[in-house]
Amino acid sequence: MKEIVVISGKGGTGKTSIVASLAALAEKKVLADCDVDAADLYLVLNPRVESLEDFSGGKKARILEEQCIGCGKCVDACRFEAISYPLSQGAGSLIPFVNPVFCEGCGVCVRVCEVQAVAFEPAISGEWYVSSTQYGPMVHARLGIAEGNSGKLVTLIRQQAREIAKRDNLDFIIVDGSPGIGCPVISSITGSDLVVVVTEPTLSGQHDLNRVAQLTGYFQIPTIVCINKWDLNPEITQRIESQAYDQGIKSVGRIRYDPAVTKAQIMKSSVIEYTGGAVSEDIKSVWRNIIYALG
Amino acid sequence: MKIAISATGPSIDDQVDARLGRARVFIIVETDTMEFNAIENPNINAGGGAGIQSAQMLAQKDVKVILTGNCGPNAFQVFGAAGVQVIVGVSGIIREAVEQYKNGAFSQASQHNVASHSGMGGGGGMGRGGGMGKGRR
Amino acid sequence: MNIAIASGKGGTGKTTISTNLAFTLARQGKSVQLLDCDVEEPNCHIFLKPQIQFSGPVNVLLPKVLDERCNGCGVCARVCEYSAIVVVKDKVLVFPELCHGCGGCSLFCPQEAIVEIQRIVGTVETGSSGAVRFIQGLLNIGELMSPAVIHVVKKAAGQSDIIIIDSPPGTSCPVIASVKDADFVLLVTEPTPFGLNDLKLAVEMVRRLMIPFAVAINRFDIGDDEVQRYCKEEDIDVVLQIPDDRRIAEAYSRGELIIDALDEYKGLFEESWDSIVNLGLHNLKSESA
Repeated sequence: MKEIVVISGKGGTGKTSIVASLAALAEKKVLADCDVDAADLYLVLNPRVESLEDFSGGKKARILEEQCIGCGKCVDACRFEAISYPLSQGAGSLIPFVNPVFCEGCGVCVRVCEVQAVAFEPAISGEWYVSSTQYGPMVHARLGIAEGNSGKLVTLIRQQAREIAKRDNLDFIIVDGSPGIGCPVISSITGSDLVVVVTEPTLSGQHDLNRVAQLTGYFQIPTIVCINKWDLNPEITQRIESQAYDQGIKSVGRIRYDPAVTKAQIMKSSVIEYTGGAVSEDIKSVWRNIIYALG
Repeated sequence: MKIAISATGPSIDDQVDARLGRARVFIIVETDTMEFNAIENPNINAGGGAGIQSAQMLAQKDVKVILTGNCGPNAFQVFGAAGVQVIVGVSGIIREAVEQYKNGAFSQASQHNVASHSGMGGGGGMGRGGGMGKGRR
Repeated sequence: MNIAIASGKGGTGKTTISTNLAFTLARQGKSVQLLDCDVEEPNCHIFLKPQIQFSGPVNVLLPKVLDERCNGCGVCARVCEYSAIVVVKDKVLVFPELCHGCGGCSLFCPQEAIVEIQRIVGTVETGSSGAVRFIQGLLNIGELMSPAVIHVVKKAAGQSDIIIIDSPPGTSCPVIASVKDADFVLLVTEPTPFGLNDLKLAVEMVRRLMIPFAVAINRFDIGDDEVQRYCKEEDIDVVLQIPDDRRIAEAYSRGELIIDALDEYKGLFEESWDSIVNLGLHNLKSESA
């Protein structure tokens, strides 16, 4: 059983579209959508939710107005600018308000309050789902807006996918990751067997690939690269591939630009099922090389 | 002497749990008598630092050794500070694992064997408590 | 006017719009600052090729235990919600990457045995490119504290007529940190199912932050008209539409500004700015009404 994580560094390079095609190509696999801030894979894979559970990323503080004596200690103690006096209050009213969007659940205000006027409760930050699709089982989630601890949710999704893979004796866990190099990405890649970086032939793509490569290097995870829409700039494509090679990152292929990719998405289909054109052959070739890279 | 094992169930005939921080149960075995007791892991749903918390809890139970599947760097550090020997890569039936330990079959882990899942706890709102020159009040 | 350029989906064109808008306005004689708050993967510098005049560390606070005062009581560990500080057999261990810098352990230590020290998590740089003042942040690889770096980038901005904030993609903490306190948010999207799905999330985010906003549609002719329909239903103004011109993609790939590579697009950014300003003024009027 091998876990493949598809990330990009730069956003919009085509991770999710490619993962959808890999879902159609790979046999005996489970899919994990770990791009929890902006999950899109479900739009193409059309999952049927079979189980659903709440997710709590941490706690949130809340002022208990009847107990509050308006001393303001909580306002001063909060380092995250989450507590302030609402403008809408009448004159003379000194009850502060904790903005849950900015509250990080550190509990300092709760403990600094001398009259126990701050409640501290686990927040329901989102939900995660185990679903079935025509391509196999899928684990995915919805994280609430501005909720933190996406790393914990990502880890949970991967653990679930792993358990399903074990239970059903599957060969692959294919993970759709998120852009950037921060917490959700780190949680997606640690302990995986192979990271596939999907990039684009632009200076931005090259720059961001560099950063991602440093990240996977830091965590010592085997990494390969795939250049999407490569024909938009063959020169930079070449440059990226040779730079990557110098960093120990092999290229598993190039996928050409094709408007059919967008059309496939609109038709809620993976690219390789939508068109038999050359772009699909490119993707199939990438998949073959990924399997080869897994060894 | 007392050793701990991360477990999928409360009996010495259950399987070793590959996870440490979020193992379902911890089994503490007195190796001389093979008497054991099971502790439910309170950290299964912890926001972050489940490994750290579990390691801290076990350190307080006076165990000398922990047998588990995988141990991350933070938990490993906690065990080190507590003088608890860590043995990773263990799987199968707990009773068997303990017997093998008694036979001297395992070597001590010299370092953690899985990368940090640091995204879990740190992934929170991500404080900006610092910034330029923001110090103690 | 402080305007944040954000999006739900990545790769929609935030940096393209941020950089081209910044230069358009600077060339009109306005004083403009461009802040690159995508501190995980900053790209504005590729298009600005700025002269960097200052580079400094971004620090977060980290607890340090004064051993001579510590009696191993464990209060610090009990008040830490992140398991960043634990006490094991009277030894205190700190896990820096888990620490949020809330100050709780230091504040509540009965022995006053914990001070806070600085720990570097990234860098901030300031400089300029032509008439545009430029500030960017860079998060160190392996660190998690994007908002800390973003906060410093915003603090480093001085006064100017216009501040443009290039935000990271998504709707979570780094984006909130970039976008909060802005006077206006421009949400960039593309007319595809992924684009629409993520736009809805981004709209929910700005509404929750109660900041006036409008939408820009990039590559407006590649997909369907669902995004247009959604904006109409939700009464959201679309202030900028950029066509799917391969020459734009190619200029972008080479790190060139569209307004320099392709003359015919100069007016596009000028007009969209006028629309944004009108909306902004309209919002001010309705607030005071």
